[in-house]
Amino acid sequence: MFKILQNTFRVGTATADYPRLAPRLAEQFRGCPEFDFAAWSDARPAAEACPTGAIAIHDRKGARHVTVDYGRCIFCGECEAATAGGAVRMSRKFELAATERRDLILTAEYTLRSDGTHAELKSSVSGTNAEEPGKRIAEAIHHLLGRSLSIRQVDAGSCNGCEQEIVALNNPVHDIERFGIHFVASPRHADMLLVTGPVTRNMELALRKTWAATPAPKVVAAVGACGISGGIFGANYASLGGVDAVIPVDVYIPGCPPRPEALLHGILLALGQMRQRA
Amino acid sequence: MKTLLKELLARFPKQIRSVEETVSGQSVILLNGPDATAITRHLLSARQARLATVFAEDRVKAEGVFYNYYVFDRPGDAAWLMLKAPIDAKHPSFPSVAAELPAVNWQEREIQDWFGLEANGHPNPRRVALHDNWPDVHPLRKNFPLETVLPPFEGERHVYRPAHGEGVFQIPVGPVHAGIIEPGHFNFSVAGEPILYLQLRMFYTHKGTEKLFERLPIRRAVFLAESISGDSAFSHGMAFCQAVEQAAGIKVPARAQFMRVILLELERIANHVADAGAIANDVGFVIANAHAGRIREMVVGLNEMLTGSRVLRGMTAIGGVRRDWHQEQVEAIEKTLAIVEREFHNLMAIIESSNSTRERLEHTGILQPEKAAMLGVVGVAGRASGVDLDVRRDHPYEAYRHLPFRVPVYQDGDVRHRLQVRIDEVTESIGIIRAAVAQLPGGKHCAPDRPIPPGRCALSAVEGWRGEILHWVRTGENNCLERCKVKDPSLNNWPAIVEAVEGNIVADFPVINKSFNLSYSGTDR
Repeated sequence: MFKILQNTFRVGTATADYPRLAPRLAEQFRGCPEFDFAAWSDARPAAEACPTGAIAIHDRKGARHVTVDYGRCIFCGECEAATAGGAVRMSRKFELAATERRDLILTAEYTLRSDGTHAELKSSVSGTNAEEPGKRIAEAIHHLLGRSLSIRQVDAGSCNGCEQEIVALNNPVHDIERFGIHFVASPRHADMLLVTGPVTRNMELALRKTWAATPAPKVVAAVGACGISGGIFGANYASLGGVDAVIPVDVYIPGCPPRPEALLHGILLALGQMRQRA
Repeated sequence: MKTLLKELLARFPKQIRSVEETVSGQSVILLNGPDATAITRHLLSARQARLATVFAEDRVKAEGVFYNYYVFDRPGDAAWLMLKAPIDAKHPSFPSVAAELPAVNWQEREIQDWFGLEANGHPNPRRVALHDNWPDVHPLRKNFPLETVLPPFEGERHVYRPAHGEGVFQIPVGPVHAGIIEPGHFNFSVAGEPILYLQLRMFYTHKGTEKLFERLPIRRAVFLAESISGDSAFSHGMAFCQAVEQAAGIKVPARAQFMRVILLELERIANHVADAGAIANDVGFVIANAHAGRIREMVVGLNEMLTGSRVLRGMTAIGGVRRDWHQEQVEAIEKTLAIVEREFHNLMAIIESSNSTRERLEHTGILQPEKAAMLGVVGVAGRASGVDLDVRRDHPYEAYRHLPFRVPVYQDGDVRHRLQVRIDEVTESIGIIRAAVAQLPGGKHCAPDRPIPPGRCALSAVEGWRGEILHWVRTGENNCLERCKVKDPSLNNWPAIVEAVEGNIVADFPVINKSFNLSYSGTDR
């Protein structure tokens, strides 16, 4: 017992105070890619290299339509490596959670050239940037936490990558319980479902039942590229794709897997949603 | 290997058609027909071989047959031995070996479900990989399109074996569990507290992975390999790259080989540390889990610095690794390891000093060595039950042949010793990484990009933190694959949990399960 206490005092406070303080990110950390649409002269190599189809191009009648979907992106950096000239760069941004699926999609329209490259950016839409930075959400949180938030995690077909980071939310470094947020064993005790995907054919019914067993008002967060869109698996004979193909989703948390701070940011965003609804 | 091939040719002249050799020097014995039972029996009994995996391939369009492949591992031989048994498309069945060899029980049924090849004489031929509510489809046949839309799921049809007797009842658990873990179903038959019999049902997370490998260009498929089992992203990614490299004859630069070893061992340390905490947590020793979580954060922080990802994603590549390290990154390895080593020893001292924790771990969930061998258990769970296997030592790959380490093996087979194997391995891994850093050569971190020739086959093996990971590929046209077989160690180890929990109380199931910590996604794919 003495040893245990001694060790605890020796270690001191392990908790990183996100979102009050910015997290300590390694210089090498890959967040989402960023696109300089005006400088981007050829989207084809990036689209070809993207493992999940997050970058897509549609050429029609002398015009090129490019979409970038952060809900499919696994932050691998292949688009940056494939693109010359620095129009695509990996950033260290990870606070990407959004309440609308369309907010995760960027689009750009170009004039198509005969050699296959494109020019003259005609328009670009970069989502609606609905996401609030974690810090602002944290300030708002004091208002809401007259009550606590109970989360039921549901793995609807994940590879277990997201689960690892969700488990990490409970360790002393990320310590989600300091917000009064805790994970519960039954959907009947939950305010929120934190769902990873892709939703497999074999988990569809279990997910529907879990959702039905969660009392209203409830919020659902779809976690990770697979939870949002099916990710690299997409929809196939065994997978239905993203969580919103099966149950309504309130918050989308991109990443592969989202780092614990990104999950926390998304959960706090969802809590804001819940306040609006209550 | 040569003498063994000669002996087999002399002994089984009627069964063996020829001996093929692949680009990577792999010997493959082609049989005349689907019956591999006699040779399998001989290899197992007279040659102490182990059947590591059996899997199928649809070559109907190209060659008019299906093939079953049997992969054998022999003590003292670094080369794998493969049997290749053709199965006529008009008579889609093969003689089962599962009755004599429970290790391939699930794997033969998987072939039944996914390829529609009947395992004749299988002791329990029910579906395993496709659930009972699935229509009669065989997804890994070439004429089954990946995007097939199946009729919606209409409810459970699986019938569990009933349990009768006074005070005997059944407890269904899952697929949605109480903790933050993957989905599967456990049906406990209990008499009071002790578990009489556990029935497992997996494949809830089946997401068409092996089929999808036949669609994606190889370079993009590396990222799919990283998503087979998220806690083993690097091991599976690397096993896949290694298979493609062998098939294509790509030489991985020495620097990349050492970098890969360092990352594989970091994955092992991160998972073993987390498991040590989780095992303590499951018997109520929460403070140990808190320390373990803190130590794991140090390791994944280092991962992020070395690869840009806390869980080592997006680093492995065909031909090496995607990004080189500068001196500062290399120095960070030792700095972090020194702290991790000290903190991990403190943590173990805390666990050791808690009598009530030790009490719960000792003699709990015993997997007898005979049963472990019979079920083909590998990895941590195997080594805790006397199965002395480690791919890094037995089939050295990458830079492991230059790095000394010890393989811990115990005979006790309880939770305590599955923990002990992890503790020993963390120490060994730290030693391996230190030696690899000291020897880290200069030069390129990746072989130059070039097209992958079609029609090449190769088998690759990696000792993931959980155990032996096997990938087998056949390359196709346009830098794509014809087939990718994935064998996660969990597939063999799940049935061992059934044996380990027998007679234990239900309340000990979580800690027993955690001490195996098997991958659902790696099993289900």
